[in-house]
Amino acid sequence: MAEKLAQSDLVMESGPEAGTPMIRVENLHKTYDLGEVQVHALRGVSLTVYSGEFVAIMGASGSGKSTFMNLLGCLDRPTRGRYLLEGQDVSELTKVELAKIRNRRIGFVFQGFNLLPRTSAVENVELPLIYSSVPHLERVERAKASLRSVGLEGREDHHPAQLSGGQQQRVAIARALVNNPSIVVADEPTGNLDSRTSVEIMEIFQRLNEEKGITILLVTHESDIARFAKRVVLFRDGKIRRDSLVEGRVDAAQALISLPGIDEDEDDGEES
Amino acid sequence: MDYSAVFRVALRALTRNKMRTALTMLGIIIGVGAVICTVAIGEGASNQVQEQIRSLGDNIVFVSAGSVNSHGVHMGSAATKTLTADDAKAIGQIPFIKEESPGVGTSGQIVYGDQNWYTHIRGVSPAYLDIRRWPVTEGSPFSNHDVAAAANVALIGTTVMQNLFPANEDPVGKMIRVQNLPFRVIGVLQSKGQSPFGQDEDDTIICPYTTVQKKLAGISWIQFVMASAISTPAIPPSEQQIEGLLRQRHHLRPDEDDDFIIRSPNDLANAQAQSGRILTLLLASIASVSLLVGGIGIMNIMLVSVTERTREIGVRMAVGATEEDVQLQFLSEAVVLSMLGGAMGVVMGVIGSILVSSMLRWPTLVPPEAIVIAVFFSAGVGVFFGYYPARKAAHLDPIEALRYE
Repeated sequence: MAEKLAQSDLVMESGPEAGTPMIRVENLHKTYDLGEVQVHALRGVSLTVYSGEFVAIMGASGSGKSTFMNLLGCLDRPTRGRYLLEGQDVSELTKVELAKIRNRRIGFVFQGFNLLPRTSAVENVELPLIYSSVPHLERVERAKASLRSVGLEGREDHHPAQLSGGQQQRVAIARALVNNPSIVVADEPTGNLDSRTSVEIMEIFQRLNEEKGITILLVTHESDIARFAKRVVLFRDGKIRRDSLVEGRVDAAQALISLPGIDEDEDDGEES
Repeated sequence: MDYSAVFRVALRALTRNKMRTALTMLGIIIGVGAVICTVAIGEGASNQVQEQIRSLGDNIVFVSAGSVNSHGVHMGSAATKTLTADDAKAIGQIPFIKEESPGVGTSGQIVYGDQNWYTHIRGVSPAYLDIRRWPVTEGSPFSNHDVAAAANVALIGTTVMQNLFPANEDPVGKMIRVQNLPFRVIGVLQSKGQSPFGQDEDDTIICPYTTVQKKLAGISWIQFVMASAISTPAIPPSEQQIEGLLRQRHHLRPDEDDDFIIRSPNDLANAQAQSGRILTLLLASIASVSLLVGGIGIMNIMLVSVTERTREIGVRMAVGATEEDVQLQFLSEAVVLSMLGGAMGVVMGVIGSILVSSMLRWPTLVPPEAIVIAVFFSAGVGVFFGYYPARKAAHLDPIEALRYE
């Protein structure tokens, strides 16, 4: 069952026809009931994201972008409205079904990395596979491959405390990718990183987006970071205010060449 | 989610904070250890009582001559002269009675060479040794012929032997003087040690009752009848039948008291064993209170752990753990914690009971079923006290858990 699902994901990935709606959101509302006060976090959001897009979601804090991300990531259910993920209506699913979707189809990257402390990189990356009943040996194989794809070969047994911030975030990206998701949801992934490391992380996202066709939703409030995406959606007061393509998109790999490589020395310094 | 992975994850989480894990387990270790230890002591004691019941004899019914009430003055037990060897023979005819022996007792000075010893002299028939399960280790017992002939023969207890004879001398065949009469030692009785009532059973000599009656005590009556019932349940009815029989034979009117006393030491010993069991149960239940306290300790630590690992729970949920997965994870941690504690507690309990028996010289016995019960019970403690924290973890909202600082 698990393999079947994983395979069907692979099939979808391998043929991302332009024009297949990955995410289709219609008139989404989210209201938090805090007893006496009702907070309208989202007031009717409609958005369509196609397969292979790289969307930056921007907005000030309180604009509703985080709420929107949580809904897209299937961590929460909308109060009203419809959310179609790859054509499937997920707004009415049970908690168990949502957990399964998060497990198989969505990869999360967080601002604070959210790695398990005192747990090796490879075990951190294995985590989603544990919940999709992948046997132990295959788990380790896939986790190692995933770590390799983000350039962390040889660091498999390092604990988060032994890794730099950039490396920790790369472990988190490897974890998000290990179950071959169709969407990666990144919530301020560069918020805790210095500028060069941020660009390195963006380089990974751009590569994943281009080479594997993974749809990427990137929440950020830094316009510098949003310029690495293909499309920018701006939130204000629970609504989408602007939705535009990025003009003059920055190629992270190119940007890295022009940046001085001071951080690598620092990384090595932290290592020893 | 496979269970070996769940188990490994639980074990890993527990080894991450070894000191805390050890202290939490200590409650269960002490609880299980204390229960095992008290049960072992109780079982050992009750085993010893059982052993003693067996050593008393074979479903013994003991009839002794009773007190006599002459004109309002009670003379104390064994004062009557109404119990006779014929009564004993009649008791032997009761279907519930297997064997019987008349008995008389006296005491006196016994002399061998230049040694002498004051001891109890018991006059019985050969059946007595069967009833008491008291074999002769050297020489041979006396016979019914010796009883009929009132022969001067004696079986001696080991205490008497040690006090009269040098260690290297075989007493069998030697002549001793009992109250200045010459007796031949024909056998040595197996050592019985202390009676359940604290007497040295080996400090005695046993002779034919006729000899003691006629030659040593100078009486025609007997003082007791030692009988054995055919089975333990046959003891109470046989007591009733003996009472009816003796009242009839002694021509007692309905308003007259018995002039004899019937007792069954097995009843007494059984009562003792019973009270021992109750005491064990009481001690074990007090000990299991510490198990309860240990369980509360587990609950406490699991709650702390859930709070501390709120972010971890959030991450696990984000990557696809269901509520059930999270609940199983924390529940299995609690169960692994309590079962490891239980296993160590069993080891501690066994070591403790070995120490008790070697240092205090109390008999102990660890019943294997107690070990199995202890391990399962501690697992149950883990499930019971781990359930609430695990449920709390499972019901966390992933968004809030991920935001938790």
